[in-house]
Amino acid sequence: MIRLVPDQSQQIRRAAEVEFTFDGMPVRAHVGDTIAVALMRAGHLHLRDAPQDDAPRGAFCCMGLCQECVVRIDGGLVESCCEAVRDGLVVQSLKVSAP
Amino acid sequence: MTESYDIAVIGAGPAGANAALSAAKHGFRVLLLDEQPAPGGQVWRAKSAAILSAPATPESRAGKALRAAVRDSDVHHQGNTRVWQIERQSAGWDVHTLTDGQTAKVMAKALILSPGAREFVQPIPGWTTPGVIGLAGATALFKRDLLLPGNRTVVSGTGPLVFFVASEIRRLGGQVAAVVTPNTRRDWLGVLPAMRGRPDLLARGALWVADLMLAGVPLLWGHSVTAAQGQGSVSGVSVRKLDRNWEPIGGERGIEADSLCLGHGLIPNVEAAQLAGLPLHLRPELGGWVPEVGADGRTQIDNLFLCGDGAGIRGAAAAEIQGKMAGLNAARHLGADTAGAIAELQQSYARAARFGLAMTKLSQPRSGLSSLTTPDTVVCRCESLKQSDILAEVASGAGSTNAVKSGLRAGMGPCGGKYCQTAIARMIAAAHDRPEGDIPPPTPRPPLRPVPASALAGDFDYNDLPIPKPAPL
Repeated sequence: MIRLVPDQSQQIRRAAEVEFTFDGMPVRAHVGDTIAVALMRAGHLHLRDAPQDDAPRGAFCCMGLCQECVVRIDGGLVESCCEAVRDGLVVQSLKVSAP
Repeated sequence: MTESYDIAVIGAGPAGANAALSAAKHGFRVLLLDEQPAPGGQVWRAKSAAILSAPATPESRAGKALRAAVRDSDVHHQGNTRVWQIERQSAGWDVHTLTDGQTAKVMAKALILSPGAREFVQPIPGWTTPGVIGLAGATALFKRDLLLPGNRTVVSGTGPLVFFVASEIRRLGGQVAAVVTPNTRRDWLGVLPAMRGRPDLLARGALWVADLMLAGVPLLWGHSVTAAQGQGSVSGVSVRKLDRNWEPIGGERGIEADSLCLGHGLIPNVEAAQLAGLPLHLRPELGGWVPEVGADGRTQIDNLFLCGDGAGIRGAAAAEIQGKMAGLNAARHLGADTAGAIAELQQSYARAARFGLAMTKLSQPRSGLSSLTTPDTVVCRCESLKQSDILAEVASGAGSTNAVKSGLRAGMGPCGGKYCQTAIARMIAAAHDRPEGDIPPPTPRPPLRPVPASALAGDFDYNDLPIPKPAPL
């Protein structure tokens, strides 16, 4: 089929991979990826539960404003869309059921 | 330690970076502060370090040129920095920053604000479901990460952004389930005359639409997504036809998808200008509430300048030129002879703004848009407040965004009201039958961005705190 907008996905070269964990599950990412991006690519969209109603939430604005993608690292809250992954990083969701 | 500059510029998009470059050419010490690691703003956002190489786009080329210009200049660019407070002093401005968890204060004789825009998203049922992201958020994923929002995506919203997002999904190898836009083909015909000045963009837009049509992607003009389905993730969306005022009419139909990109136009980021002391005016044709500012970036405060989409949504090309004018005006304020250079830019600014304003007009909300929000729809995402919660507060007498904020905490959550206040203001205006211009955004309070309490408190040991001797009994 004729494409006026070519598929360029095969022309993208990404950095070497690292591994971190999200709620204990291993997630692979490229060096330089933000945590939110690595989680999104791995299909982990549900990052926390909302206050009051515990409804599932995930990255929304993707630019550091909405705070929906906040996760827990070393006990502190971190905007996962603004923080780069590191090998061996332990990331925890803010789900009610989080380990 | 407090560093001192002639000029501080907040925001390194097309406006702010050009303002900084223009002022630095006249020999002033210029500091360019930005949240992102590299200049470019949202529109010319740099790729993440995870991308080693990728095909160039018009946006990536423009961003690369801007970053090179900043690198080769005397501008001191400080990325990864959030400005959380601005204070006017007798000799200039104090700008409070947060970089890598450390707070600092910078002093500048003149301040240029180029805070850019954020996206307005009319709340719809299910818009808080993981897998629903903003249209502007999607562009950040494409430009920075070259990542798709999902495997099969519905793209819904107003203006040119829907077609850009849909086309980028195709370019990155993804599948567009449908493009759903409240705008009609007639709306687009209406703005064609204003697009004649930018044949390059007109051609690009036509190519996006033609490609989507060739690929058999449903283009639903005059429609809106009315709900996102799914519990932990998106399983599909509902779509309805809209009338001329964007009031949903007719039956609902479903489209299967695992992701939704949703947005209803850009709104200027006004909080920094508010904190600096500029009055706001409602100008729907400029994207909503805008600070009072001249076309050349000057404001009523002689050492404060404002430029770019934060002064009204006119697009990147206009932002670039207005940024140059603001930078030259700041230089002029500090003694440089730049009057002639500023005058030379006026005409090209007007031409660029004409195109940008035509695009903004496509997103100007119509009366029916608010009815996409149902009583059970979460409006304030941070506090999980539904439309019915907010309407109850309004019915009990809350007649301003400040009143709703203090009564319900809508706007006091971590996002600082960035994603709820526009919709809430319209709800108040409608409920009290008052014009929207009577319901301004809430009074801004620092911090402009979340600041960890530890960064404010600094390092200290409790044992080192001086404790006075108890008073004798």
